[in-house]
Amino acid sequence: MLDSVLVANRGEIARRIIRTVRGMGLRAIAVHSEADADLPFVREADDAVLLGPANPAQSYLDVDKVLQAARTTGAQAIHPGYGFLAENAAFARAVIDAGLAWIGPDPKAIEQMGDKINARNLMESAGVPVAAGTREPVSDLAQAERAAEEIGFPVMVKAAGGGGGIGMGVARDAESLAKAFEQACRAAARFGGEPAILLERYIERARHVEVQILGLADGTVVALGERDCSVQRRHQKVVEESPSPGVSPELRERMLAAAVRAGEAVAYRGAGTVECLVDADAQDFVFLEMNTRLQVEHPVTELVTGLDLVEHQIRIAAGETYSLEPRVNGHAIEFRVYAEDPRRFLPGPGKIGVWEEPAGEGVRIDSGYAAGNTVTPFYDPLMAKLCVAGATREEALERGREAVAAFRIEGPKNNLPFCAELLDHPEFVSGNYDTGLVSRMRKA
Amino acid sequence: MAEVRAEMVANVWKILVSEGGVVEEGDTLVILESMKMEIPVVAEDAGTVSKLHVNEGDVVQEGDLIAVIE
Repeated sequence: MLDSVLVANRGEIARRIIRTVRGMGLRAIAVHSEADADLPFVREADDAVLLGPANPAQSYLDVDKVLQAARTTGAQAIHPGYGFLAENAAFARAVIDAGLAWIGPDPKAIEQMGDKINARNLMESAGVPVAAGTREPVSDLAQAERAAEEIGFPVMVKAAGGGGGIGMGVARDAESLAKAFEQACRAAARFGGEPAILLERYIERARHVEVQILGLADGTVVALGERDCSVQRRHQKVVEESPSPGVSPELRERMLAAAVRAGEAVAYRGAGTVECLVDADAQDFVFLEMNTRLQVEHPVTELVTGLDLVEHQIRIAAGETYSLEPRVNGHAIEFRVYAEDPRRFLPGPGKIGVWEEPAGEGVRIDSGYAAGNTVTPFYDPLMAKLCVAGATREEALERGREAVAAFRIEGPKNNLPFCAELLDHPEFVSGNYDTGLVSRMRKA
Repeated sequence: MAEVRAEMVANVWKILVSEGGVVEEGDTLVILESMKMEIPVVAEDAGTVSKLHVNEGDVVQEGDLIAVIE
Protein backbone atom coordinates (compact mmCIF):
# COMPACT_ATOMS: atom_id res chain seq x y z
CA MET A 1 0.00 0.00 0.00
CA LEU A 2 1.04 3.61 -0.49
CA ASP A 3 1.93 5.86 2.43
CA SER A 4 1.66 9.33 0.86
CA VAL A 5 -0.24 11.14 -1.90
CA LEU A 6 0.55 14.50 -3.48
CA VAL A 7 -2.58 16.30 -4.67
CA ALA A 8 -1.77 18.29 -7.82
CA ASN A 9 -4.78 20.58 -7.68
CA ARG A 10 -6.40 23.39 -5.71
CA GLY A 11 -9.63 24.57 -4.11
CA GLU A 12 -12.53 22.31 -3.20
CA ILE A 13 -11.27 19.23 -5.05
CA ALA A 14 -7.80 19.33 -3.45
CA ARG A 15 -9.45 19.67 -0.06
CA ARG A 16 -11.87 16.81 -0.75
CA ILE A 17 -9.06 14.46 -1.90
CA ILE A 18 -6.88 15.41 1.08
CA ARG A 19 -9.79 14.51 3.40
CA THR A 20 -9.91 10.94 2.05
CA VAL A 21 -6.12 10.55 1.86
CA ARG A 22 -5.79 11.50 5.53
CA GLY A 23 -8.82 9.39 6.43
CA MET A 24 -7.02 6.37 4.97
CA GLY A 25 -4.11 7.08 7.29
CA LEU A 26 -1.87 8.32 4.45
CA ARG A 27 0.20 11.52 4.37
CA ALA A 28 -1.41 14.23 2.20
CA ILE A 29 0.80 16.72 0.39
CA ALA A 30 -0.67 19.89 -1.11
CA VAL A 31 0.90 22.04 -3.81
CA HIS A 32 -0.27 25.60 -4.32
CA SER A 33 0.26 28.94 -6.01
CA GLU A 34 1.06 32.19 -4.21
CA ALA A 35 -2.57 33.28 -4.67
CA ASP A 36 -3.88 30.18 -2.86
CA ALA A 37 -1.52 30.12 0.14
CA ASP A 38 -4.32 30.92 2.64
CA LEU A 39 -6.92 28.44 1.37
CA PRO A 40 -8.15 25.56 3.56
CA PHE A 41 -6.67 22.81 1.34
CA VAL A 42 -3.15 24.11 2.04
CA ARG A 43 -3.77 24.27 5.77
CA GLU A 44 -5.38 20.85 6.02
CA ALA A 45 -2.61 18.94 4.22
CA ASP A 46 0.24 17.35 6.19
CA ASP A 47 2.77 19.09 3.94
CA ALA A 48 2.43 21.96 1.48
CA VAL A 49 4.76 23.11 -1.28
CA LEU A 50 4.60 26.52 -2.98
CA LEU A 51 4.83 26.02 -6.74
CA GLY A 52 4.96 29.61 -7.99
CA PRO A 53 2.87 32.61 -9.05
CA ALA A 54 -0.90 32.65 -9.54
CA ASN A 55 -0.69 32.09 -13.30
CA PRO A 56 -1.50 28.36 -13.73
CA ALA A 57 1.27 27.97 -16.35
CA GLN A 58 3.81 28.86 -13.66
CA SER A 59 2.21 26.79 -10.90
CA TYR A 60 -0.49 24.10 -11.27
CA LEU A 61 0.34 23.39 -14.92
CA ASP A 62 4.13 23.33 -14.45
CA VAL A 63 4.99 19.61 -14.71
CA ASP A 64 8.61 20.03 -13.57
CA LYS A 65 7.64 21.98 -10.46
CA VAL A 66 4.97 19.44 -9.47
CA LEU A 67 7.39 16.52 -9.92
CA GLN A 68 10.06 18.41 -7.97
CA ALA A 69 7.57 18.92 -5.13
CA ALA A 70 6.89 15.16 -5.13
CA ARG A 71 10.61 14.44 -4.89
CA THR A 72 11.35 16.88 -2.08
CA THR A 73 8.41 15.67 0.01
CA GLY A 74 8.95 11.96 -0.70
CA ALA A 75 5.45 11.53 -2.13
CA GLN A 76 4.71 8.05 -3.46
CA ALA A 77 1.72 8.87 -5.62
CA ILE A 78 0.09 11.81 -7.43
CA HIS A 79 -3.64 12.50 -7.58
CA PRO A 80 -4.39 15.11 -10.28
CA GLY A 81 -8.01 15.94 -9.33
CA TYR A 82 -9.88 17.35 -12.36
CA GLY A 83 -8.79 20.04 -14.83
CA PHE A 84 -5.15 21.28 -14.84
CA LEU A 85 -2.95 18.20 -15.52
CA ALA A 86 -5.62 15.53 -14.93
CA GLU A 87 -6.06 14.62 -18.60
CA ASN A 88 -2.50 15.33 -19.70
CA ALA A 89 -1.09 11.99 -20.89
CA ALA A 90 2.49 13.35 -21.00
CA PHE A 91 2.22 14.33 -17.33
CA ALA A 92 0.81 10.90 -16.40
CA ARG A 93 3.79 9.28 -18.19
CA ALA A 94 6.26 11.61 -16.45
CA VAL A 95 4.76 10.65 -13.07
CA ILE A 96 5.11 6.93 -13.85
CA ASP A 97 8.64 7.41 -15.25
CA ALA A 98 9.60 9.17 -12.01
CA GLY A 99 8.72 5.93 -10.20
CA LEU A 100 5.52 7.30 -8.64
CA ALA A 101 2.05 5.83 -8.65
CA TRP A 102 -0.32 7.71 -10.99
CA ILE A 103 -3.83 7.85 -9.55
CA GLY A 104 -5.61 7.69 -12.87
CA PRO A 105 -5.98 5.52 -15.93
CA ASP A 106 -3.18 4.34 -18.21
CA PRO A 107 -1.77 7.35 -20.15
CA LYS A 108 -2.75 5.54 -23.37
CA ALA A 109 -6.44 5.60 -22.33
CA ILE A 110 -6.13 9.36 -21.62
CA GLU A 111 -4.72 9.87 -25.12
CA GLN A 112 -7.32 7.71 -26.82
CA MET A 113 -10.18 9.57 -25.16
CA GLY A 114 -8.58 13.05 -25.14
CA ASP A 115 -8.99 13.46 -28.87
CA LYS A 116 -12.75 13.70 -29.28
CA ILE A 117 -12.68 12.53 -32.90
CA ASN A 118 -10.61 9.47 -32.08
CA ALA A 119 -12.81 8.73 -29.05
CA ARG A 120 -15.95 8.93 -31.12
CA ASN A 121 -14.59 6.54 -33.78
CA LEU A 122 -13.31 4.13 -31.12
CA MET A 123 -16.68 4.08 -29.35
CA GLU A 124 -18.52 3.46 -32.60
CA SER A 125 -16.36 0.37 -33.23
CA ALA A 126 -16.97 -0.82 -29.65
CA GLY A 127 -20.70 -0.81 -30.33
CA VAL A 128 -21.49 2.37 -28.37
CA PRO A 129 -24.02 4.58 -30.23
CA VAL A 130 -22.62 7.92 -31.52
CA ALA A 131 -24.28 10.95 -33.15
CA ALA A 132 -23.85 11.56 -36.86
CA GLY A 133 -20.67 13.59 -37.25
CA THR A 134 -17.21 14.01 -38.75
CA ARG A 135 -14.80 11.05 -38.55
CA GLU A 136 -11.76 13.15 -39.59
CA PRO A 137 -10.64 16.50 -38.13
CA VAL A 138 -12.04 19.52 -39.97
CA SER A 139 -9.45 22.25 -40.46
CA ASP A 140 -11.10 24.92 -42.61
CA LEU A 141 -14.49 26.55 -43.01
CA ALA A 142 -15.17 25.12 -46.49
CA GLN A 143 -14.74 21.60 -45.10
CA ALA A 144 -16.95 22.51 -42.14
CA GLU A 145 -19.68 23.76 -44.51
CA ARG A 146 -19.59 20.53 -46.52
CA ALA A 147 -19.69 18.45 -43.33
CA ALA A 148 -22.62 20.45 -41.92
CA GLU A 149 -24.57 19.95 -45.15
CA GLU A 150 -23.99 16.23 -44.94
CA ILE A 151 -24.88 15.92 -41.23
CA GLY A 152 -27.76 18.40 -41.47
CA PHE A 153 -28.29 21.53 -39.33
CA PRO A 154 -28.29 22.17 -36.42
CA VAL A 155 -24.76 21.01 -35.68
CA MET A 156 -22.54 21.26 -32.62
CA VAL A 157 -19.05 22.59 -33.39
CA LYS A 158 -16.24 21.82 -30.96
CA ALA A 159 -12.47 21.70 -30.66
CA ALA A 160 -11.31 18.05 -30.74
CA GLY A 161 -8.88 18.69 -27.88
CA GLY A 162 -11.16 20.96 -25.84
CA GLY A 163 -13.09 20.34 -22.69
CA GLY A 164 -15.39 21.85 -20.12
CA GLY A 165 -17.66 23.39 -22.72
CA ILE A 166 -15.04 25.94 -23.77
CA GLY A 167 -15.09 26.67 -27.49
CA MET A 168 -18.32 24.77 -28.12
CA GLY A 169 -21.09 26.32 -30.16
CA VAL A 170 -24.33 25.41 -31.93
CA ALA A 171 -24.72 26.37 -35.59
CA ARG A 172 -28.18 26.48 -37.12
CA ASP A 173 -27.18 27.78 -40.57
CA ALA A 174 -24.12 28.64 -42.70
CA GLU A 175 -23.78 32.07 -41.12
CA SER A 176 -23.75 30.86 -37.51
CA LEU A 177 -21.48 27.99 -38.61
CA ALA A 178 -18.78 30.48 -39.61
CA LYS A 179 -19.01 32.11 -36.19
CA ALA A 180 -19.01 28.83 -34.26
CA PHE A 181 -16.13 27.52 -36.36
CA GLU A 182 -14.03 30.62 -35.70
CA GLN A 183 -14.78 30.39 -31.96
CA ALA A 184 -13.80 26.70 -31.84
CA CYS A 185 -10.54 27.45 -33.74
CA ARG A 186 -9.71 30.21 -31.26
CA ALA A 187 -10.33 27.84 -28.36
CA ALA A 188 -8.19 25.14 -30.03
CA ALA A 189 -5.35 27.65 -30.46
CA ARG A 190 -5.58 28.62 -26.79
CA PHE A 191 -5.25 24.97 -25.73
CA GLY A 192 -2.05 25.05 -27.78
CA GLY A 193 -3.36 22.29 -30.00
CA GLU A 194 -3.91 21.78 -33.71
CA PRO A 195 -7.00 23.48 -35.14
CA ALA A 196 -8.80 20.11 -35.27
CA ILE A 197 -12.54 20.73 -35.19
CA LEU A 198 -15.34 18.23 -34.81
CA LEU A 199 -18.91 18.65 -36.06
CA GLU A 200 -21.77 16.58 -34.71
CA ARG A 201 -25.50 16.49 -35.15
CA TYR A 202 -26.99 18.67 -32.41
CA ILE A 203 -29.90 17.13 -30.57
CA GLU A 204 -32.48 19.71 -29.52
CA ARG A 205 -34.07 19.27 -26.11
CA ALA A 206 -31.51 16.67 -25.12
CA ARG A 207 -30.58 15.69 -21.60
CA HIS A 208 -26.94 15.40 -20.66
CA VAL A 209 -26.60 12.13 -18.77
CA GLU A 210 -23.32 10.50 -17.83
CA VAL A 211 -22.37 7.13 -16.40
CA GLN A 212 -19.75 6.79 -13.66
CA ILE A 213 -17.49 3.82 -14.23
CA LEU A 214 -14.75 2.26 -12.15
CA GLY A 215 -12.09 0.09 -13.79
CA LEU A 216 -10.87 -2.33 -11.12
CA ALA A 217 -7.29 -3.56 -10.80
CA ASP A 218 -8.24 -7.01 -12.16
CA GLY A 219 -9.49 -5.46 -15.41
CA THR A 220 -13.24 -5.62 -14.79
CA VAL A 221 -15.23 -2.43 -15.33
CA VAL A 222 -18.29 -1.65 -13.19
CA ALA A 223 -20.91 1.09 -13.69
CA LEU A 224 -22.01 3.12 -10.63
CA GLY A 225 -25.25 4.49 -12.01
CA GLU A 226 -25.79 7.73 -13.91
CA ARG A 227 -25.85 11.47 -13.23
CA ASP A 228 -28.13 13.92 -14.99
CA CYS A 229 -26.23 17.12 -15.76
CA SER A 230 -28.79 18.93 -17.91
CA VAL A 231 -28.88 22.14 -15.86
CA GLN A 232 -26.21 24.06 -17.78
CA ARG A 233 -25.23 27.61 -18.63
CA ARG A 234 -22.76 28.23 -21.47
CA HIS A 235 -22.54 24.43 -21.91
CA GLN A 236 -21.19 24.16 -18.36
CA LYS A 237 -22.90 22.22 -15.61
CA VAL A 238 -24.53 23.96 -12.67
CA VAL A 239 -26.65 21.25 -11.04
CA GLU A 240 -26.39 17.46 -11.24
CA GLU A 241 -28.54 14.68 -9.86
CA SER A 242 -28.58 10.92 -9.56
CA PRO A 243 -30.54 8.97 -10.63
CA SER A 244 -31.68 10.87 -13.73
CA PRO A 245 -35.43 11.59 -13.64
CA GLY A 246 -35.48 11.32 -17.46
CA VAL A 247 -34.08 7.82 -17.88
CA SER A 248 -36.32 4.73 -17.76
CA PRO A 249 -35.03 1.49 -16.17
CA GLU A 250 -34.75 -0.05 -19.63
CA LEU A 251 -32.70 2.88 -21.02
CA ARG A 252 -30.55 2.91 -17.87
CA GLU A 253 -29.67 -0.74 -18.38
CA ARG A 254 -28.58 -0.05 -21.98
CA MET A 255 -26.57 3.05 -21.02
CA LEU A 256 -24.73 1.35 -18.16
CA ALA A 257 -23.89 -1.64 -20.38
CA ALA A 258 -22.58 0.70 -23.11
CA ALA A 259 -20.46 2.61 -20.58
CA VAL A 260 -18.91 -0.65 -19.39
CA ARG A 261 -18.12 -1.55 -23.04
CA ALA A 262 -16.59 1.93 -23.50
CA GLY A 263 -14.33 1.40 -20.48
CA GLU A 264 -13.36 -2.10 -21.58
CA ALA A 265 -12.47 -0.82 -25.07
CA VAL A 266 -9.63 1.25 -23.58
CA ALA A 267 -8.75 -1.16 -20.70
CA TYR A 268 -9.87 1.55 -18.31
CA ARG A 269 -8.53 1.61 -14.77
CA GLY A 270 -9.83 3.83 -11.97
CA ALA A 271 -12.69 6.36 -12.02
CA GLY A 272 -13.97 7.60 -15.36
CA THR A 273 -17.13 9.10 -16.81
CA VAL A 274 -18.91 8.28 -20.04
CA GLU A 275 -20.91 11.33 -21.09
CA CYS A 276 -23.98 10.83 -23.27
CA LEU A 277 -26.82 12.85 -24.75
CA VAL A 278 -30.25 11.43 -24.09
CA ASP A 279 -33.29 12.05 -26.24
CA ALA A 280 -35.88 11.77 -23.47
CA ASP A 281 -38.87 11.50 -25.83
CA ALA A 282 -37.32 8.68 -27.85
CA GLN A 283 -35.65 7.16 -24.75
CA ASP A 284 -32.43 6.79 -26.72
CA PHE A 285 -28.84 8.00 -26.27
CA VAL A 286 -25.55 8.74 -28.05
CA PHE A 287 -21.97 8.88 -26.75
CA LEU A 288 -20.61 12.39 -26.25
CA GLU A 289 -17.15 11.99 -24.70
CA MET A 290 -15.32 10.19 -21.96
CA ASN A 291 -13.61 12.01 -19.10
CA THR A 292 -10.61 10.06 -17.89
CA ARG A 293 -10.55 11.45 -14.36
CA LEU A 294 -12.59 12.13 -11.26
CA GLN A 295 -15.55 14.35 -12.16
CA VAL A 296 -16.55 17.55 -10.35
CA GLU A 297 -20.00 16.09 -9.66
CA HIS A 298 -18.77 12.72 -8.29
CA PRO A 299 -20.35 13.42 -4.83
CA VAL A 300 -23.87 12.66 -6.08
CA THR A 301 -22.71 9.18 -7.03
CA GLU A 302 -21.01 8.80 -3.66
CA LEU A 303 -24.22 9.83 -1.89
CA VAL A 304 -26.41 7.26 -3.68
CA THR A 305 -23.88 4.37 -3.68
CA GLY A 306 -22.26 4.98 -0.29
CA LEU A 307 -18.84 4.56 -1.94
CA ASP A 308 -15.87 6.94 -1.58
CA LEU A 309 -14.64 7.24 -5.17
CA VAL A 310 -11.32 8.81 -4.18
CA GLU A 311 -10.62 5.91 -1.84
CA HIS A 312 -11.30 3.46 -4.67
CA GLN A 313 -9.07 5.45 -7.05
CA ILE A 314 -6.22 5.17 -4.54
CA ARG A 315 -6.76 1.47 -3.81
CA ILE A 316 -6.93 0.65 -7.53
CA ALA A 317 -3.78 2.71 -8.23
CA ALA A 318 -2.04 0.81 -5.44
CA GLY A 319 -2.90 -2.43 -7.27
CA GLU A 320 -5.32 -3.75 -4.69
CA THR A 321 -7.62 -6.40 -6.20
CA TYR A 322 -11.21 -6.74 -5.07
CA SER A 323 -14.64 -7.03 -6.59
CA LEU A 324 -17.49 -4.57 -6.27
CA GLU A 325 -21.26 -4.87 -6.66
CA PRO A 326 -22.50 -1.30 -6.48
CA ARG A 327 -26.12 -0.54 -5.52
CA VAL A 328 -27.92 2.76 -5.89
CA ASN A 329 -30.16 3.96 -3.03
CA GLY A 330 -32.21 7.14 -2.77
CA HIS A 331 -31.61 10.37 -4.63
CA ALA A 332 -28.86 13.03 -4.54
CA ILE A 333 -28.51 16.51 -6.05
CA GLU A 334 -25.44 18.76 -6.30
CA PHE A 335 -25.54 22.54 -6.69
CA ARG A 336 -22.33 24.18 -7.85
CA VAL A 337 -21.91 27.38 -5.89
CA TYR A 338 -20.12 29.67 -8.34
CA ALA A 339 -18.66 33.13 -7.73
CA GLU A 340 -20.88 34.70 -10.36
CA ASP A 341 -23.94 36.89 -10.55
CA PRO A 342 -27.19 34.89 -10.55
CA ARG A 343 -28.78 36.72 -13.51
CA ARG A 344 -26.18 36.81 -16.28
CA PHE A 345 -23.70 34.36 -14.72
CA LEU A 346 -20.74 36.70 -15.14
CA PRO A 347 -17.71 36.15 -12.87
CA GLY A 348 -17.68 38.06 -9.58
CA PRO A 349 -14.48 37.31 -7.63
CA GLY A 350 -13.85 39.07 -4.32
CA LYS A 351 -12.90 38.80 -0.67
CA ILE A 352 -15.16 36.59 1.45
CA GLY A 353 -16.57 38.45 4.47
CA VAL A 354 -19.16 35.92 5.60
CA TRP A 355 -19.10 32.18 4.83
CA GLU A 356 -21.62 30.08 6.74
CA GLU A 357 -22.27 26.58 5.44
CA PRO A 358 -25.57 24.80 6.03
CA ALA A 359 -25.60 21.49 7.89
CA GLY A 360 -28.20 18.84 8.60
CA GLU A 361 -29.37 15.40 7.65
CA GLY A 362 -28.49 14.52 4.06
CA VAL A 363 -26.41 17.67 3.52
CA ARG A 364 -22.80 17.51 2.29
CA ILE A 365 -20.66 20.54 1.47
CA ASP A 366 -17.41 20.28 -0.49
CA SER A 367 -15.99 23.79 -0.28
CA GLY A 368 -12.68 25.35 -1.21
CA TYR A 369 -12.97 28.54 0.79
CA ALA A 370 -13.64 29.97 4.25
CA ALA A 371 -14.38 33.43 5.65
CA GLY A 372 -11.41 35.75 5.15
CA ASN A 373 -10.24 34.03 1.93
CA THR A 374 -10.21 35.84 -1.39
CA VAL A 375 -11.73 34.32 -4.53
CA THR A 376 -9.28 35.46 -7.20
CA PRO A 377 -9.88 35.86 -10.96
CA PHE A 378 -7.10 33.39 -11.87
CA TYR A 379 -9.05 30.14 -11.59
CA ASP A 380 -12.52 28.75 -12.28
CA PRO A 381 -15.44 30.24 -10.33
CA LEU A 382 -16.40 27.11 -8.33
CA MET A 383 -16.39 28.01 -4.62
CA ALA A 384 -18.26 25.03 -3.22
CA LYS A 385 -20.54 22.14 -4.03
CA LEU A 386 -23.71 21.92 -1.98
CA CYS A 387 -25.00 18.35 -2.08
CA VAL A 388 -28.20 16.96 -0.67
CA ALA A 389 -29.48 13.41 -0.45
CA GLY A 390 -32.84 11.92 0.47
CA ALA A 391 -34.81 8.72 0.20
CA THR A 392 -36.73 10.22 -2.73
CA ARG A 393 -36.21 13.08 -5.22
CA GLU A 394 -38.91 15.10 -3.40
CA GLU A 395 -37.05 14.76 -0.11
CA ALA A 396 -33.76 15.76 -1.77
CA LEU A 397 -35.44 18.83 -3.34
CA GLU A 398 -36.85 19.89 0.03
CA ARG A 399 -33.47 19.50 1.73
CA GLY A 400 -31.96 21.44 -1.15
CA ARG A 401 -34.35 24.36 -0.58
CA GLU A 402 -33.52 24.48 3.12
CA ALA A 403 -29.76 24.17 2.58
CA VAL A 404 -29.64 26.83 -0.17
CA ALA A 405 -31.58 29.23 2.05
CA ALA A 406 -29.23 28.56 5.00
CA PHE A 407 -25.96 29.03 3.04
CA ARG A 408 -24.66 32.55 3.72
CA ILE A 409 -21.92 34.04 1.56
CA GLU A 410 -21.00 37.72 1.57
CA GLY A 411 -18.29 39.28 -0.55
CA PRO A 412 -18.02 37.62 -3.94
CA LYS A 413 -21.12 37.46 -6.11
CA ASN A 414 -22.70 34.03 -5.92
CA ASN A 415 -25.37 32.01 -7.71
CA LEU A 416 -27.26 30.77 -4.62
CA PRO A 417 -30.29 32.92 -5.63
CA PHE A 418 -30.28 31.08 -8.96
CA CYS A 419 -30.24 27.72 -7.13
CA ALA A 420 -33.24 28.84 -5.04
CA GLU A 421 -35.06 29.96 -8.20
CA LEU A 422 -34.34 26.62 -9.87
CA LEU A 423 -35.65 24.66 -6.89
CA ASP A 424 -39.02 26.39 -7.31
CA HIS A 425 -39.11 26.18 -11.10
CA PRO A 426 -41.94 23.86 -12.23
CA GLU A 427 -39.88 22.33 -15.03
CA PHE A 428 -36.97 21.41 -12.75
CA VAL A 429 -39.27 20.25 -9.96
CA SER A 430 -41.18 18.00 -12.40
CA GLY A 431 -37.91 16.37 -13.45
CA ASN A 432 -38.91 16.76 -17.09
CA TYR A 433 -36.21 19.23 -18.22
CA ASP A 434 -33.38 19.39 -20.72
CA THR A 435 -30.17 21.35 -21.40
CA GLY A 436 -32.18 24.35 -22.61
CA LEU A 437 -33.72 24.93 -19.17
CA VAL A 438 -31.41 27.70 -17.91
CA SER A 439 -31.60 29.75 -21.11
CA ARG A 440 -35.41 29.44 -21.06
CA MET A 441 -35.40 30.68 -17.43
CA ARG A 442 -33.34 33.70 -18.45
CA LYS A 443 -35.38 34.58 -21.55
CA ALA A 444 -38.60 34.81 -19.54
CA MET B 1 -18.50 61.19 -24.17
CA ALA B 2 -18.92 57.68 -22.76
CA GLU B 3 -16.73 56.02 -20.20
CA VAL B 4 -16.31 52.26 -20.49
CA ARG B 5 -15.61 50.59 -17.16
CA ALA B 6 -14.77 47.07 -15.98
CA GLU B 7 -17.69 45.17 -14.45
CA MET B 8 -15.44 42.85 -12.42
CA VAL B 9 -11.91 42.02 -11.40
CA ALA B 10 -10.29 40.67 -14.57
CA ASN B 11 -7.20 40.34 -16.66
CA VAL B 12 -7.04 42.34 -19.93
CA TRP B 13 -6.57 39.55 -22.46
CA LYS B 14 -6.91 41.34 -25.82
CA ILE B 15 -7.29 44.90 -27.00
CA LEU B 16 -9.08 45.11 -30.34
CA VAL B 17 -9.14 48.86 -30.92
CA SER B 18 -6.61 51.68 -30.81
CA GLU B 19 -6.78 55.31 -29.76
CA GLY B 20 -8.30 57.38 -32.54
CA GLY B 21 -10.14 54.37 -33.96
CA VAL B 22 -13.79 54.67 -34.98
CA VAL B 23 -16.22 52.19 -33.44
CA GLU B 24 -19.85 51.28 -34.07
CA GLU B 25 -22.36 50.50 -31.34
CA GLY B 26 -21.82 46.88 -30.26
CA ASP B 27 -18.20 46.66 -31.45
CA THR B 28 -15.92 44.74 -29.10
CA LEU B 29 -13.27 47.07 -27.65
CA VAL B 30 -11.42 44.78 -25.29
CA ILE B 31 -11.67 41.14 -24.22
CA LEU B 32 -11.27 40.61 -20.50
CA GLU B 33 -10.58 37.29 -18.89
CA SER B 34 -11.77 36.34 -15.44
CA MET B 35 -12.20 32.90 -13.91
CA LYS B 36 -11.45 31.12 -17.19
CA MET B 37 -14.09 33.09 -19.03
CA GLU B 38 -13.64 35.55 -21.89
CA ILE B 39 -15.73 38.66 -21.35
CA PRO B 40 -16.04 40.99 -24.35
CA VAL B 41 -16.39 44.67 -23.47
CA VAL B 42 -18.48 46.36 -26.15
CA ALA B 43 -19.09 49.95 -27.17
CA GLU B 44 -22.55 51.12 -26.10
CA ASP B 45 -22.49 53.97 -28.60
CA ALA B 46 -20.76 54.71 -31.88
CA GLY B 47 -17.83 57.16 -31.74
CA THR B 48 -14.09 57.60 -31.63
CA VAL B 49 -11.86 55.95 -29.05
CA SER B 50 -10.27 59.05 -27.51
CA LYS B 51 -8.40 57.28 -24.73
CA LEU B 52 -7.45 53.69 -23.82
CA HIS B 53 -6.62 53.24 -20.16
CA VAL B 54 -5.45 49.61 -20.21
CA ASN B 55 -2.76 47.44 -21.77
CA GLU B 56 -2.88 43.73 -22.54
CA GLY B 57 -1.94 41.79 -19.42
CA ASP B 58 -3.17 44.48 -17.01
CA VAL B 59 -5.38 43.52 -14.08
CA VAL B 60 -8.47 45.72 -13.76
CA GLN B 61 -10.64 46.09 -10.66
CA GLU B 62 -14.42 46.43 -10.71
CA GLY B 63 -15.22 49.98 -11.83
CA ASP B 64 -11.81 50.72 -13.38
CA LEU B 65 -11.85 52.87 -16.49
CA ILE B 66 -11.05 50.89 -19.66
CA ALA B 67 -11.66 53.41 -22.44
CA VAL B 68 -13.30 56.71 -23.30
CA ILE B 69 -15.41 57.04 -26.44
CA GLU B 70 -16.37 60.45 -27.86
